Amino acid sequence: MVAVTRRRPTAPDAPSYSRADIEALSEKLKEPTWLRDSRLAAWELYEELPMPDRALEEWRRTDYRSLRWDEAGRMSASLDSRLTAIPAANREPLAGEEQGGFLAFINGEVVHSEAADSLSRQGIVFTDLSTACRLHEDLVRPNLMTRAVKPGEGKFAALHAALWTHGAFVYVPRGTAAELPIHIVMYNDQPGATLGHVLVIVEDGAQATVLVDYLSAQAQSQSVYVGATELLVGSGANLRYVSLQDWDRQMFEFSYQRARVGRDAALDWVIGTMGSRFVKSFIEVELDGTGANVQVSGMFFADKGQFFDLDTQQNHNAPLTTSNLLFKGAAKDTARSLWQGMIKSLPDMQKIDGFQACRNLVLSDEARMDAIPGLEIEADDVRCTHAATFGTLEEQPVFYLMSRGIPRDQAELMVAEGFFEELLERIPFERVQARLRASLEAKIIGSR
Amino acid sequence: MGAALEIRNLHVSVEGKPILRGVDLTVKQGEVHALMGPNGSGKSTLANVLLGNPAYEVTGGEIIFKGENILEQEPDVRSRAGLFLAFQYPVSIPGVTLANFLRLAINARLKAEDPESKGISIGDFRKLMRAKMDMLQMDHSFAGRYLNEGFSGGEKKRAEILQMAVLQPSVAILDETDSGLDIDALRIVSEGVNKLRGPGLGVLVITHYQRILNYIRPEFVHVMYNGRIVESGGPDLALRLEETGYDWVRERFEVVE
Repeated sequence: MVAVTRRRPTAPDAPSYSRADIEALSEKLKEPTWLRDSRLAAWELYEELPMPDRALEEWRRTDYRSLRWDEAGRMSASLDSRLTAIPAANREPLAGEEQGGFLAFINGEVVHSEAADSLSRQGIVFTDLSTACRLHEDLVRPNLMTRAVKPGEGKFAALHAALWTHGAFVYVPRGTAAELPIHIVMYNDQPGATLGHVLVIVEDGAQATVLVDYLSAQAQSQSVYVGATELLVGSGANLRYVSLQDWDRQMFEFSYQRARVGRDAALDWVIGTMGSRFVKSFIEVELDGTGANVQVSGMFFADKGQFFDLDTQQNHNAPLTTSNLLFKGAAKDTARSLWQGMIKSLPDMQKIDGFQACRNLVLSDEARMDAIPGLEIEADDVRCTHAATFGTLEEQPVFYLMSRGIPRDQAELMVAEGFFEELLERIPFERVQARLRASLEAKIIGSR
Repeated sequence: MGAALEIRNLHVSVEGKPILRGVDLTVKQGEVHALMGPNGSGKSTLANVLLGNPAYEVTGGEIIFKGENILEQEPDVRSRAGLFLAFQYPVSIPGVTLANFLRLAINARLKAEDPESKGISIGDFRKLMRAKMDMLQMDHSFAGRYLNEGFSGGEKKRAEILQMAVLQPSVAILDETDSGLDIDALRIVSEGVNKLRGPGLGVLVITHYQRILNYIRPEFVHVMYNGRIVESGGPDLALRLEETGYDWVRERFEVVE
């Protein structure tokens, strides 16, 4: 017998932040006392909570022991970066020809902030979260990490609440329709830690389209992103929300994303997961009001050594609510992906209609994909269905395309696009579709 | 000198089971051959192997195309060299329109010749598509539909012939193009093939029934049975099969194992 020694530690490494880091950050951002206090309260929670490890059900299949906090956890350096450091394609509007607002961060610093005059005339607030905390306490304070993502739900939620470095704030007042889409870019060109937040409030009867790009330049050392996204959709409101993640391959992402959806409101949520070395993301919708209707469409593609862990939850907290969640993903090389879905209903919430499906395309023998759907329904008059499917790239269509002279990699790309077509067709923005198609092409052809 | 497809003593297995047991056949540019035979005789296997379907294992023999043994070539290389297969069951590809697909196929040819090629211009491509669709009396809207997605049986076969018209192969294999077609669809598809006939095109029509040969008239007819070509002749051989069926073939060539 040959003894095999593993260098990997048995328990996850922990970051070495301190209360003083929180105080220094709050000081640097010139924050109001209420915010500083709320950060410090979250810090208390953080210190009490254990680092999640595989003993916890939600983390049972999740291994991030290769994350080195001493390297990744250093706060990302703020340099005097310019907007033009962000790749041009990500500065373009993601929906339509014109954007109503554009907010860009580099390494957590605001490098660009613009909002069309029409937005402020309509009473819409679109600014970075630090500014919003100072100027719009009445709007931010009751909603920041109090209704959707809460500091107490996990170590990384508490860490985020204590140490968030930057964020975007969107507020659309009652009955107002933001006509032009709002675009947010979070870009990093330095390794280290960033903790970004998005808070979107769409009041009763209001409408908005918000698109967020996450990406970073190729790095030589590890980075960590601890994020939170909170979408508060009022009664009769309508939000279309897109987030596209394309971090470089040294990034470890931990994120909580949760939407609360009111009576007769609609949320159309699109999630693209392409980058990072490691992703652990909680994606949850709370259907709080009667008649709420949510569609979630997720596309992911893991290659090389990537690991994606996506936990989705559809909570039907009111009768006559509808949720439809479809994730479609692929894995090649030695990549791993995991999707864990859950539909829950409160007792006696009748006439709910919930659907969840994760369809997986396994592109190599070494890749591994898992999909675990779940239902916890405590009502009789409901329709809840789930599905998880796995397949490989079919050889017959590839042969068909090749028999017309198309090289194998192109043929495989076309067949893979065919697999994702059902998902792409659900996305109401052509440029978002094009971006996801480009990622697909890069993953299938580019990495050879 | 016309190009030729020469199949020499070809042996093919699927999952270890021998299907073709020594096939010899030569199709030259300008000739039309029919390959007939009962179900399970190996006709479709031959069609797939000629284009290099990886599901089949060649265990012996050669396939010579334009003087070169193509056995080791990938299907796309064979296609670009001028071989074409009209599939018995064309595959649908959601998200890719017939026009985009054909443009990719043309560009793949141009790029193989010249890596710097920027491909066919949209204007030239449109002209080419329109001309070929008009020749085959196809509605122009066809080009904008997803490849074979929701096509009727007849539409799929016509789309195969359109692809053949656009890609202009020197030897085309039609694998049971008549299967599943009613008489009107069969006539339309056959007329399309006939319009493409000429000194530059060799055709191998693979069929179970004589019916399609009333429309696409072959110069040579071959009968395949149990993985071999057991009889070759002129058009009268097809008529004889129509009258007598395959029973006499089975009786004469039954392999005693």
